[in-house]
Amino acid sequence: MTRERLLNAALVLALFAVPAWALWADEPFTITLATRAVIFALAAVGLNIALGLGGLVSLGHAVFFGIGGYAMGILASHAQNYTPIMEAPFLIEGTKSMPIIWLVAVLASGLAAWLIGLLSLRTSGVYFIMITLAFGQMAYFFATSWPTYGGEDGLSIYVRNGFPGLNTLVPIQFYGICLAWLLLVLALNRALMRSRFGLALNAARQVPDRVRAVGLDPPRLQLVALVLSGAITGLAGALFADLNRFVSPTMLSWQMSGEIMVFVIIGGVARLFGPVAGAGFYVLIEHWLGGVSEYWQIFLGLVLLLVVLFGKGGLVGMIAGARK
Amino acid sequence: MTAVLAATDLRKSFGALKATDGVSLTLREGEIHAIIGPNGAGKSTLIAQLCGSLAPDAGTVSFLGCNVTAQPVAARARMGLARTFQTSALAMEDTVLQNALLGALGASGKPWHFFAPVARDRGLKGRAEAALDAVGLADLRDVRTADLSHGQRRQLEVAVALTLEPKAFVMDEPMAGLGQEGSAQLTSFLADLKRTAPILLVEHDMDAVFALADRISVLVYGRIIATGTVDEIRRDAAVREAYLGDEA
Ligand SMILES: Nc1ncnc2c1ncn2[C@@H]1O[C@H](COP(=O)(O)OP(=O)(O)OP(=O)(O)O)[C@@H](O)[C@H]1O
Ligand SMILES: [Mg+2]
Repeated sequence: MTRERLLNAALVLALFAVPAWALWADEPFTITLATRAVIFALAAVGLNIALGLGGLVSLGHAVFFGIGGYAMGILASHAQNYTPIMEAPFLIEGTKSMPIIWLVAVLASGLAAWLIGLLSLRTSGVYFIMITLAFGQMAYFFATSWPTYGGEDGLSIYVRNGFPGLNTLVPIQFYGICLAWLLLVLALNRALMRSRFGLALNAARQVPDRVRAVGLDPPRLQLVALVLSGAITGLAGALFADLNRFVSPTMLSWQMSGEIMVFVIIGGVARLFGPVAGAGFYVLIEHWLGGVSEYWQIFLGLVLLLVVLFGKGGLVGMIAGARK
Repeated sequence: MTAVLAATDLRKSFGALKATDGVSLTLREGEIHAIIGPNGAGKSTLIAQLCGSLAPDAGTVSFLGCNVTAQPVAARARMGLARTFQTSALAMEDTVLQNALLGALGASGKPWHFFAPVARDRGLKGRAEAALDAVGLADLRDVRTADLSHGQRRQLEVAVALTLEPKAFVMDEPMAGLGQEGSAQLTSFLADLKRTAPILLVEHDMDAVFALADRISVLVYGRIIATGTVDEIRRDAAVREAYLGDEA
């Protein structure tokens, strides 16, 4: 087994062991923290497909995270108020069912990624970053000024949404749902990296001229990557809103985009478990140092600086070495 | 004989510089047509227009009887136009085999598989390995491309073009930096390859050009000053003056 595989196995083990311990020790707050880490990791796995494989430096992934969040908030708020979302030309009602919310979140954020990709993939480099940032800001200000769904104050949902056969109000059960999603998406991501599409996308990042010269179209590959990426981050957004039973424009802010990117960079860009390591690390120091000093983000900045300067492969790269 | 690839009165300027100044040429079935000329003559610029990565200011490019002047690079490649680059354009982080697989994948035209591993794709792998075999890189298939020598990268460039099983090759200085032995090997390889598809060969290595070319065109300051057989070009006074010097 390579060191990277050992590290990945250790991370998966931790994802099971930490909440198991918390359950045994009756520490529900630890389970909530772990849930937060798992959801952040899922959002970052999404970004890693665009950023790591596709080389698309998106500073707008909060758009997808937020769309997922609002998909949950809008559907659930209509359901809890017994008001339909629309009556004409046909009736659409809200729902408290997680599977339907997930489906809506994935479709809506995937669609948004497709639209943003159509416009932004004509550019590259710093212009691409700026366009994705601009879309993020537009979405943010749109949400703050849209009073129907809470505007700046956001939307509160009183009871967590339901999943058939589970009691999602029990922290460990909701954690189980989030962990199942993370592991499933990681498995899909692993397959993707080894697939025809992964090979082509990986080459499109490194040598677009070569990819064109063999008859493939880099922007189309990147557009599909962005849609997959956005859809996964959108799913994470729906879960995050359900964890907090609350969604607000903060989920759409550029700081949120930056945080998702920090998870990926600290953990290891283009490494399968980079987002897991990065999100886990972030949530840990946010919890430990956040209690000690409100300036904990200075420490985070320092870590980020060290990672960028000395360890290009992030935490995974530092522990497991360069990619073979 | 019909032309597989043809340029008609191509023109391209960069500001005041006429990099391509009314170039017409053809590549016929079964031949190697070499393009020679001094540094900066506009050889790579011409190739870029033939392959579609640079749009000409005027003139047309046709391939297999179709006017492809407005077609992008990928479309021309899918029609069967394979190119090797003057400076290797390879995925450096990937292995040798992965680069060849990319070619095979492009030739298949089906990149939209998201789950099945490429490594177990018999069809693609067979094609990629055959191409690596042909250029003598089979033993290095699992080496990272960045770890290859310069000469080996040149060979891999050719292998990727082979995976396309194209209707025509366009090669920009494939021998550059190969060394004597490497050049000799590639020369005998290309002599066979032209039976599969004709080759438009830009090359500085005169031994190779004189050994391989059925026809030679001499490009100077964006213009073709002479086209002919090896003997005709050797004898041409203008060519000797402009380019060959006493070497020939
Ligand atoms: N994109 C560009 N913008 C401006 N000038 C260019 C551009 N591309 C090429 N040139 C100029 O056009 C001329 C022809 O360049 P080109 O690369 O085609 O020459 P070449 O014959 O391939 O030379 P070499 O033997 O060195 O490869 C050169 O003077 C070069 O500086
Ligand atoms: Mg050149």
